[in-house]
Amino acid sequence: MPEPARDLSEATRSGPGRLLIAVYGIFALAATSRSAVQIGTRFSEAPLPYLLSAFAALVYILATVALARGDGTSRRVALVSCAVELAGVVVVGAVSLLAPDAFPDATVWSGFGSGYGFIPLVLPVLGLLWIRRINSSAT
Amino acid sequence: MIAVLPTVLTVIALLASLGALALVIANKPLVLGSKLTTTLLVPVVLLEIGLLVQAVVGVVRMSGTDRQIDELTFVGYLFGPVVIVPVAVVWGLSERTRFGPAVLLVGCLSVPVMILRLAQIWAGHA
Repeated sequence: MPEPARDLSEATRSGPGRLLIAVYGIFALAATSRSAVQIGTRFSEAPLPYLLSAFAALVYILATVALARGDGTSRRVALVSCAVELAGVVVVGAVSLLAPDAFPDATVWSGFGSGYGFIPLVLPVLGLLWIRRINSSAT
Repeated sequence: MIAVLPTVLTVIALLASLGALALVIANKPLVLGSKLTTTLLVPVVLLEIGLLVQAVVGVVRMSGTDRQIDELTFVGYLFGPVVIVPVAVVWGLSERTRFGPAVLLVGCLSVPVMILRLAQIWAGHA
């Protein structure tokens, strides 16, 4: 007997989900501010990393809002956001180590998120695990 | 920047973090009006007032200095914690488990980090 959709939305943003959304919110704020400053003041210096910063900010905002809404569609959006984020932090982390010249200025994902205590690397994994747990409770 | 305020704010933030951690360990949710939550919210309110003072004084000091600092980022780190702390309180209060104080813990711990970044930017290392 599947639980009503409303309960699942509530479940997504409760317990560990509440904490997850809080950390996502802080990162959405941090990444958005950082990207706004980079693009607003010195975009021409390093267009690629700054666009990447903006993209990362967008993904964090999307994940925060989707997790907080928590309905079926939102959980799919959150799943994709977390997956993109994980891919982003791994790829950008690897590139920033192997070819540092490609990233003259740091993004949230540089060095696998080392500038942010590696939280950017852990966060999408926790997000994916959390959504999987909620989805499995639905069936 | 301001001689003692950042240090005082760091200490208050860490004390509030310890209080929130105690509630997490004791498996107590945040409940508005309960004795534990009220006791915890006293330093949090003090912290918020202090952060507002720091933001105002920080902007004034910044506009008065001749040195080159990354002004926009500095302002971001001045007002970031002012926003984060009250949002963490509201978001934590809407939770009925130990994850309520856990939200507050994360919010309070972000304050010393941002104060540290403020000091670095003010010193010109960022």
